[in-house]
Amino acid sequence: MSALDHIAPEWLDIGPVTDIPLRGARTVPVAGAGEIAVFRTSGDHVYALVNSCPHKKGPLSQGIVHGNSVACPLHNWVISLETGEAQGQDKGCTPTIPVKISGGRVLICRQSTLRIAA
Amino acid sequence: MSPSINTREHLVVIGNGMAGCRAVEEILTRDPHRYKITIFGAEPHVNYNRIMLSPVLAGEKSFEQIVINDRSWYLDHGIDLVVSDPVVAIDRAAKTVTSRSGATVGYDKLLIATGSNPFIIPVPGHDLPGVISFRDMADVDHMVRAASLGGDAVVIGGGLLGLEAAHGLSLRGMKVTVIHLMDTLMERQLDESAGWLLKSALEGRGQTILTGANTAEIYGEGKVEGIRLKDGRDIPASLVVMSAGIRPNVALAQQAGLAVNRAILVDDDMVTSDADILAVGECVEHDGNVYGLVAPIWDMCRSLADALVATPSPYKGSVTSTKLKVSGIDVFSAGDFSGGEGCEDIVLRDASRGVYKRVIVKENRIVGAVLYGDTGDGNWYFDLLKKGVDISDVRDALIFGQAFASGGGQSDPKAAVAALSDDAEICGCNGVSKGQVVSCIAGGAASLDAVRGACKASASCGSCTGLVETLLALTLGQEVEAGPKTMCKCTSFGHDDVRKLILEKSLKAIPQVMQELHWATPDGCSSCRPALNYYLLCAWPGEYVDDQQSRFVNERMHANIQKDGTYSVVPRMWGGLTTPQELRAIADVVEKYDAPMVKVTGGQRLDIFGIKGEDLPAVWADLNAAGMVSGHAYGKALRTVKTCVGSEWCRFGTQDSTGLGVKLEQGFWGSWMPHKFKMAVSGCPRNCAEATIKDFGVVCVDSGYELHVGGNGGIHVRATDLLCKVGTEKEAMHHAAAFVQLYREEARYLERTAPWIERVGMDYLKARLLEDAEGRDALATRFWFSQSFSQDDPWAERAQGAESELHQPLAQVRPLAGAFA
Repeated sequence: MSALDHIAPEWLDIGPVTDIPLRGARTVPVAGAGEIAVFRTSGDHVYALVNSCPHKKGPLSQGIVHGNSVACPLHNWVISLETGEAQGQDKGCTPTIPVKISGGRVLICRQSTLRIAA
Repeated sequence: MSPSINTREHLVVIGNGMAGCRAVEEILTRDPHRYKITIFGAEPHVNYNRIMLSPVLAGEKSFEQIVINDRSWYLDHGIDLVVSDPVVAIDRAAKTVTSRSGATVGYDKLLIATGSNPFIIPVPGHDLPGVISFRDMADVDHMVRAASLGGDAVVIGGGLLGLEAAHGLSLRGMKVTVIHLMDTLMERQLDESAGWLLKSALEGRGQTILTGANTAEIYGEGKVEGIRLKDGRDIPASLVVMSAGIRPNVALAQQAGLAVNRAILVDDDMVTSDADILAVGECVEHDGNVYGLVAPIWDMCRSLADALVATPSPYKGSVTSTKLKVSGIDVFSAGDFSGGEGCEDIVLRDASRGVYKRVIVKENRIVGAVLYGDTGDGNWYFDLLKKGVDISDVRDALIFGQAFASGGGQSDPKAAVAALSDDAEICGCNGVSKGQVVSCIAGGAASLDAVRGACKASASCGSCTGLVETLLALTLGQEVEAGPKTMCKCTSFGHDDVRKLILEKSLKAIPQVMQELHWATPDGCSSCRPALNYYLLCAWPGEYVDDQQSRFVNERMHANIQKDGTYSVVPRMWGGLTTPQELRAIADVVEKYDAPMVKVTGGQRLDIFGIKGEDLPAVWADLNAAGMVSGHAYGKALRTVKTCVGSEWCRFGTQDSTGLGVKLEQGFWGSWMPHKFKMAVSGCPRNCAEATIKDFGVVCVDSGYELHVGGNGGIHVRATDLLCKVGTEKEAMHHAAAFVQLYREEARYLERTAPWIERVGMDYLKARLLEDAEGRDALATRFWFSQSFSQDDPWAERAQGAESELHQPLAQVRPLAGAFA
């Protein structure tokens, strides 16, 4: 656990919910690190995950979103958007980033973003 | 002995609406003699039921019928009602309020119940006469007057209230168009499937529903004449109803210096930041929540009265449910239906009855429900949800409703089916009883298909498939034969059945297919969605709108994704021919965008590797400028037509193979197929273009053209079968079109021509393409019709900025600095 964990949670505003297509995703590059994929499901739930499949690092943001899962575009692993866990027989997990919606805008947790950037 | 009314504490209520009056009622029930009460109202009316304005607009009720408390109620309780005179200021130090007319009244306790204001979208023209909201009785009067003149109305906002307004105006004879910004109607209450059903039902009643539509302006000279959308569409209207949501009415509280966030902040006893000022209803924020429905208001009023004059019963927030008040259309929604961690869906679709039911369960408890068409069990689900009842005992039968699930020993659906009488109807479409199904199983029909064939049960809409399967299991024990292979786990239908039903039932959108064919998941999966998108595209050329989100990444990005997440780009070179100008443009792109590799492909094209997603539109613009279009190397579509140089140069060439290759490619490019599709034309039987391992290959001979089909390289190399020999290029093109269309219409998604031909046999192909000349002509005609819609270069649109969001990040984050759009 790093000292940062004790800082009160801060949230980064990354834009309006409606800029993410339903059953689609957009990316958010993190300076000096990887990329976050922000998904919007048909149920209008928004999730953020590191944009990298636990299998071969495929860009999950480009997969087909169905239910609360996304199918990786490279080898069709199905990843849960809630937990980041690979579904079915496949084993692996992609880190998730807490998201909240406020006034129609998407906010992601700065601490988690820092942690994956580290 | 109660104190005389004039010695009581004075309770002043700002707002004569549902919340203010309900709070007063709750207080009076507990202690009728505690307060002297004054109520200020902005409207000229006594307290009426605002949520019943829709039935008044629809002509189903009169104003008198929706009055909650008439004058005598105020008189009987000694309540001083001040109408048409809203409070405009609160002086907390002096403990007084002042109304618009200048009257100042002192208070001991003040209750703010100012409700909310309709949100008026500040587009140009929003203040024109004829643009109104739908909030109070005056709005209803206005709409009724406008409707009496007939004409066109536009309702902006396809939420609960907007749809009710549209329904009322439509019943009153106006031609109504609903403009909704989101893709799904009532998206806050309904999921996509239920929203789609609702849209179809409203369209069936003559309303025009435009989803994903954004209003640019309202126009008119002196009064509204119409609206223009951002995409340029123009809709005439003499009346525009804005129903784009509500905003808590907090101005007064803000001026008085009370704590206000999104709405007036209250504690569990409905007390604001000033101990003598309470607030209740849509104008309050409790525990981060603001409510716009009536049920939470009732809960708040109970807690308020308990704390004020009885024993406190802290308000703990409300779970809400919604019903649409449009007669004949039953919609119910409650709780959270957006899914989430650990949530499971139980879905029932019954197409023949137009029913969609979805119950969302988490840890054996209901957390949400969306019902369309049959809302009879809405209250039961809502009750289970609110009480947090463990439903594991009734889970199997939960979706069938209370009567079924609570049927004592029938909580096992199998037992319930076993208990049905012999004359109970199983298949509504074909009128088949349980007895008939059972006797047909006993007579040897040991599979679903056999039952469908023998007695027609489950052979039409398929909604009784589950019942028939249960009967099979009950009658045969474990001896049920597996049915046909289904498309995926979302459906019990196979590919061929789905395609047949799309045509028979005229299904024209993915949610419609899922509803009518009883999909088990709310929005399919990565297997069925691309297949359905293709089947619809093939069935309804020019009509079906491609669903990008159901496309595999390569077809969405019009380039091939590589293992590092970059893309490769292949411009089209007709028949494998190129020019110095094209080669220069490709060389320039390779240098300008730092492409690490460029390679000649097996199909005689140049493939530029390592292009970043965000650079694609610029790359395409450069290639377009040199006259090149998308090579579709990424698609389930015509890839390349490979050629040899033919009679023009080769000493062995018998025909102009390059020329025919160019013609084929120009005719067939852009056509979506079940899988990738490759062609080749060889100028002589030496076959340098390898035409006999292509999906469609032409081998030229002295006397004409041999047409070969069904070849491929790959893991299982398959040489083509000879279809026939024709004498002219024109005939070769015609046969190619008929063959391709047959493949497009009858092969399963992701089935290449080789396995397709092995499945159906060359005899079948010959019967369809050679022996039936009329059929062949019809196939070719359908192909060319479909092509008339598919030859737009997808690169050109993107290069000009279409769907630029697909190529741009949503925001950039510098973790130590912040987020930047």
